[in-house]
Amino acid sequence: MTYVTHDESAFVPPIEVEEPELYHAKTFIGKYIWSQDAKVIAVQYSLTAIGVGLVALVLSGIMRLQLGFPHTFQFISPATYLQFVTMHGMIMVIYLLTALFLGGFGNYLIPLMVGARDMVFPYVNMVSYWVYLFAVLLLLASFFVPGGPTGAGWTLYPPQAILSGTPGANWGIVLMLISLAFFIIGFTMGGLNYVVTVLQARTRGMTMMRLPLTVWGIFMATILALLAFPALFVSAIMMTLDHLLGTSFFMPALVSQGRVLDHNGGSPVLFQHLFWFFGHPEVYIVALPAFGIVSDLISINARRNIFGYRMMVWAILAIGGLSFIVWAHHMYVSGMNPYFGFFFATTTLIIAVPTALKVYNWVLTLWRGNIHFTVPMLFAIGFVFTFVNGGLTGLFLGNVPVDLPLSDTMFVVAHFHMVMAVSPILVVFGAIYHWYPKVTGRMLNDTMGKWHFWITFLGTYCIYYPMHYLGILGVPRRYYAIEGTDFIPASAHSVNEGITIAALIVGTVQLLFLYNLIWSYFKGKPSGGNPWRATTLEWQTPETPPKHGNFGPELPVVYRWAYDYSVPGAAEDFIPQNQPPAKMAATGRAKA
Amino acid sequence: MTTALVLLSAIMAIVVGWLVRHTLNVSPWQEQGAAEIARGNGELAGLPVQVGLVVFMAVATSLFALFISAYYMRMAEADWTNFPLPTVLWLNSGLLVLASVAMQMTRTAARRGSLDGIRKGLVGGGVFSLAFLGGQIWAWRQLNASGEFTPANPAYAFFILLTALHGIHVLGGLFVWARATARAVRGIDLGKVRLSVELCTVYWHYLLLVWAALFFVLLNTHR
Repeated sequence: MTYVTHDESAFVPPIEVEEPELYHAKTFIGKYIWSQDAKVIAVQYSLTAIGVGLVALVLSGIMRLQLGFPHTFQFISPATYLQFVTMHGMIMVIYLLTALFLGGFGNYLIPLMVGARDMVFPYVNMVSYWVYLFAVLLLLASFFVPGGPTGAGWTLYPPQAILSGTPGANWGIVLMLISLAFFIIGFTMGGLNYVVTVLQARTRGMTMMRLPLTVWGIFMATILALLAFPALFVSAIMMTLDHLLGTSFFMPALVSQGRVLDHNGGSPVLFQHLFWFFGHPEVYIVALPAFGIVSDLISINARRNIFGYRMMVWAILAIGGLSFIVWAHHMYVSGMNPYFGFFFATTTLIIAVPTALKVYNWVLTLWRGNIHFTVPMLFAIGFVFTFVNGGLTGLFLGNVPVDLPLSDTMFVVAHFHMVMAVSPILVVFGAIYHWYPKVTGRMLNDTMGKWHFWITFLGTYCIYYPMHYLGILGVPRRYYAIEGTDFIPASAHSVNEGITIAALIVGTVQLLFLYNLIWSYFKGKPSGGNPWRATTLEWQTPETPPKHGNFGPELPVVYRWAYDYSVPGAAEDFIPQNQPPAKMAATGRAKA
Repeated sequence: MTTALVLLSAIMAIVVGWLVRHTLNVSPWQEQGAAEIARGNGELAGLPVQVGLVVFMAVATSLFALFISAYYMRMAEADWTNFPLPTVLWLNSGLLVLASVAMQMTRTAARRGSLDGIRKGLVGGGVFSLAFLGGQIWAWRQLNASGEFTPANPAYAFFILLTALHGIHVLGGLFVWARATARAVRGIDLGKVRLSVELCTVYWHYLLLVWAALFFVLLNTHR
C-alpha cells in the first residue's frame, strides 16, 4: 500500500483554501464525551442506537411469545401487547435505523470518504447527538410513567392515539410526540452537516461523480430526511396541541366512553396524509444508505468495478425524487377517490424501475467477479436476496385491488419487515463487519461472524416467509390473540408457534454479535490500515484508527473513482483513489 | 397537500436538476490529470455556513409549506369559521419590511467597510424586528379581547400556530443578530461581523418572504 503525498506529484498542491480550525480537546471528557470529532460522535450515535435497538428487539421477542403461545404469559396483557408493538416499531424505524445510518455511518464515513478533516460545523454536530440522546431518553422514560408508553401503533393515528381507551393515552403519547419533535430538531442539525460537508468540503479531485456510492446514498437520504421530517414535526406538534390544549386539528366530534368530547370537526385523514408524507420517504431514508453501502461492499469483495456507476447515481436521484409522490399508497383503505388510488399505484410501480435497475447492477457486478465470501460480502448478498423478496410483495401491495383485502394483515407485516427491517439491518451488520477494523484497528472474529450471518439470514426467512401465508389467510396484525374465528385454521396457530421459535433463536444469536464486538475489541486480529484492499480514502489514512483530522499533515488528492479494481496491467488488483496516474507519479518522483 | 407538493417538488427539482447537470458528460472511470484537478470539484460558490443557511431555509420552507397545506385541508371541513383579522397585522408587516430594509442597508455598509453604518443598520434591524414581534403579540391580545377566541376553533388555533411558528424563526434570527451586534458594538473581529451581517440579511429577507406568504394566505381565507 503506497500512501502518496502531493510531493510525488508535484503538479497538484493538496488544497489551497484555508483549512478549518480543528477543535482540540484537552481532557478525556472533551475528547470522548463532549466531543466535536465526527468519528467520536459517530460511535456515540451508533452505540446509543444499538442500545435502544436492543430494547426494541426484546419487545419483539415478547410480542412473538404472546402470538406463538397465547394465554401462557401473565405479564402480557392486551394493553402491554399494544404498547410493545408500538414501541418496537417506532424505535426500530426512527431511533435505530435512521439514527444509525445517518448519525452513525454518515458521521463516520462522510468526512473520511470525501477527504475532509471533519464535518463543516463540528459544534452543531455535537449538539445534534446530545439532542438525539435526549429524545431517546424521553422515549424510554415513557416506560416508567403512569399508564406506560403509548399503544397507538407506530403510525399514531388519531383519534384513537389520544383517546382514553388506548394504553398510554395520558403520558405515553405526549412523551412520544415530544420525543419525535426533539429527534427531528437533532436530526436537522446533523443533516445540515452531512449535506454541506458533501457539497463543500470534498478534497481536491473528489468531484461529485468520484464519490463512493455509500456517500451518494447517505447524501440523498439526508436530503430526503431534511425535507420529509418536517411533515412528522407538523403532525406531532398539532397532535400534541389537540391533546393538551383541546384544539381540533385532527380530532373530529365524537363520543368516547359515553362522554361527548369538546373536539369538533377535525380531520383524522389529514394526519394520515401528513404522517405518510413523511412515512414513505422514510422508507428510502433507510434504504438509500443501505443501497450505497451494499454497492461498495459488493464491488470490493467481487474485486470488480461497480456495474453502471452513473446509472446507480441517477437511480438514487430518481428514487429520491419519486419517493415524495407515492405516500398515499399507505392509505388505500382510507376511502380515497379511486382516481387518486390509480395515480399513487402508478407512481408506486414506476419507482420500482430505478430500484430494479440497482438490483440488476449488483448482480451484474457479481457476474464473473472474483468473489470473496467474506462476512461483509455474505451480508451484502443476503441483502440482495431479501430486498428482492420484500420488493416483489411490494408490487402486490402497491396495486389497489390487491392491497384492499391484504391491508392490515400479517402479509403487510411480512412485506415491510423483509424490505425495510431485515434488508437494511443485514446491511448494517455487513457495514459493521466491514468498517469495524477502521474504527478499532482490529478485525471482527470471522467464525462468529459466519455463524451470526447464517443463523440471522436463514432465521429471518423462517420468520417472515410463513407470515405471508398467515396474511393471505386473513390473520390480522396488531391483535393480541385470535379466537373463535372459523376462517383461521388450527394449523395457523402451529405456524405462529414455529415463527416465534425462529424469532427467539434469531434474537438470541444477536448476543453472539455483541459478544464478538466486545471480544474483538480486545482480542481481535490486528487489521492494519487496509484489510479489504479497498480503494476509498478512509482506508488510506496514515493511522488506523484515524486520528482527529483524519489525514495527517496533508489532505489526499483524488485522481480516480472509487472502483479501480482488477484494472488490467495494474500491479495490484486495486488502485487507491489518491494514487496518481503512472506518468505523473514518475515525473513527480524524478523532480523530487 | 397541493401547496406542499408544489413547493417540495420545486425544491427537489432544483436539487436533482443540479446534481444531474453535474453528473452528465463525465467519465468517472478515467483517471484525472493535474489540469483537470486544478479546475475544481464543482463546489457551490460561498462558504460552508452560507450553503448551510440555504439548506436550512429549504427545510424551513418545507415546514411552512406543510403547515399551509394542513391549513387548507382543515379549512375544507364543515366547521370552519372565518374571523376578522386584527388590523395591527398591517402595521406589523410594515415593521418587518423596515427591518428587512435596515438589514439590507447594513449589508451595504458592511461591504463598504463602514463600522458606523453596520452598527446603525444592525440596531435598526433589531429594533424593527422586536417591534414586529411585539405587534404579533398585540394581535393575539386583540383576538383574545374580541371574546370569540377559543382553541377549539381551528381558524383561531391555526392563526396562533402559524404566527407563533414564524415568530420563533424570527427569534432564532435575533439570536444570531445579537451576537453580531455585540461584536459590532465592541468593534472587534470585523470579518466575522461582516459574515454574520451577510447571513442575517439573507435570512431576514427570507423571513419577510415567508411572512408575506402567510399573510397572503390569511388575508385570502379571512375576508
